[in-house]
Amino acid sequence: MTAEKLARTATLGAALPALLLALWWVATADSTDPYVPPLSLIFSTFPETWTAERLQHDVIPSLARLLSGFVLAVVIGVAAGVAVGSFHGLRHTLEPVLEFLRAIPSPVLIPVVILFAGIDDTMKILVIVYGCVWPVLLNTVEGVRAIDSVLTDTSRCYGINRSARLRHLILPGASPHIFAGMRQALSLSIILMVIGEMFAASNGLGFSIVQFQRSFAIPEMWTGIIVLGLVGIALSLLLGLIERRALAWYFGLRRSQRRE
Amino acid sequence: MTSTVSKPPLTDTRPMLDVRGLKKVYGGGRTDPVEAVRDLTFSVAPGELVCIVGPSGAGKTTLLKCIAGLMQPTEGEVVLGAQTVSGPPAGMAVVFQEYGRSLFPWLTVRQNVELPLKEKKLPKARRTELVVKALSAVGLEHVHDSYPWQLSGGMQQRVAIARAVAYEPQVLLMDEPFAAVDAQTRADLEDLVRELWRRLGVTIVFVTHDIDESVYLGQRVIVLSSSPTVVMEDVTVDLPAERDQIGTRSSQRFGELRTRVYSLIQQAKHHHDL
Ligand SMILES: Nc1ncnc2c1ncn2[C@@H]1O[C@H](COP(=O)(O)OP(=O)(O)OP(=O)(O)O)[C@@H](O)[C@H]1O
Ligand SMILES: [Mg+2]
Repeated sequence: MTAEKLARTATLGAALPALLLALWWVATADSTDPYVPPLSLIFSTFPETWTAERLQHDVIPSLARLLSGFVLAVVIGVAAGVAVGSFHGLRHTLEPVLEFLRAIPSPVLIPVVILFAGIDDTMKILVIVYGCVWPVLLNTVEGVRAIDSVLTDTSRCYGINRSARLRHLILPGASPHIFAGMRQALSLSIILMVIGEMFAASNGLGFSIVQFQRSFAIPEMWTGIIVLGLVGIALSLLLGLIERRALAWYFGLRRSQRRE
Repeated sequence: MTSTVSKPPLTDTRPMLDVRGLKKVYGGGRTDPVEAVRDLTFSVAPGELVCIVGPSGAGKTTLLKCIAGLMQPTEGEVVLGAQTVSGPPAGMAVVFQEYGRSLFPWLTVRQNVELPLKEKKLPKARRTELVVKALSAVGLEHVHDSYPWQLSGGMQQRVAIARAVAYEPQVLLMDEPFAAVDAQTRADLEDLVRELWRRLGVTIVFVTHDIDESVYLGQRVIVLSSSPTVVMEDVTVDLPAERDQIGTRSSQRFGELRTRVYSLIQQAKHHHDL
């Protein structure tokens, strides 16, 4: 992509959020409703609320939970997905079980997990892992199955077996699907992090937002929601960056196929 | 080197490759079974270059996949050296008909050629040497760091050939490897194959549906019938071992042989109507 094109995409990408913010600003400018404070008030509350201390106390622990949960889910999802995708029999045996487990919404497990893992970080991370593992796993299975049979034959002929096969054929071959799963998992992980922190926590973004709301610190609550949104955007940009590097070959391949 | 090894006496040379009563039926189960190959028997002596021609859909690819151990025959067997092939044997390289799809899109041209050598546990210096040599042999010394999808179809095909050549196989199977290259490159690659074959002593099974090509390249041309497939005829190409594009192709014997193979193919197409 050229620099000019990149700049244009970035401008377009920023235009809609800017418009929405402007709308929000105008719509709430003379608001007297305590639950919907003017955006100007929310902005002015922001610096005093999100001090360095608060970032350290609430944002860092949240990010740590989110990332541990996400990374664990990706590792487990990819490992299980490769196994299930590679063995025809395993897939047939496991499919109904997987469908059942996937249908259970992760938050309802919180009471169960609390019984086993208590209310500390383990519980919050487990909830994220449970919710995020499915999109990664199912997309990985899909990706492994989508690997071109000619490429599989080529690998077999040239003695690319076992770990080399995993490294040079299966993982790169499934990586476009794996990244699609990771993107779904990332948005889930933010939701699950907040839910986990609303249950039993002494810090974290979800915890602070609930605290603000309970103490009627409404502008502060709104700033918390904005921080949450910013965290989400930052993480998805970061994942996008990693994806563009890791899948450069894939985007190039697709462009060359479109040209034909 | 003489080219009259079509039926080597068993006491003398053991065949490198022995295809015995090969039959392959696809499907069954949910789909109607397709009998791609009915009964193929032939052998290839060590260091021989054999071309296989046959109408489209005759089962040439099926035959190669059985030889490569990528597929189990329904009946019969393929014996390589002294062993029945039951999986991909070591020391065998294959250039697939779907050459474009046989290249790893996430690897550069150089990495594509080098990967099988890594799995062969060759030291780095040797690998580099082989990769450079193979890529310049096919005229691709300038695209080492390109990705396959950045190349034209003909160039991709040459990468696949370079990968097979760099592998230094004992047996090389090629499935219509020159289908996507222009006439000049094709002539160059034909000479390259002959030169590599004579230099390395590799056994080559070369599938093509270009009759001239089969006569120009091979010591023997095995003509297959249309599906369900049997060997129509095993034609010995008694041209001198020293061949060149202009001289050989304009020789009288070449003309006779190509006419012979051509009429066999015509017969092959109508084989089952008789
Ligand atoms: N995987 C498969 N499943 C079912 N039928 C198949 C399969 N592969 C090939 N066939 C059938 O077997 C027959 C022989 O196919 P094959 O690809 O071996 O022919 P070929 O001689 O290589 O043809 P071409 O010259 O077009 O490459 C065809 O009728 C084809 O439709
Ligand atoms: Mg074929």
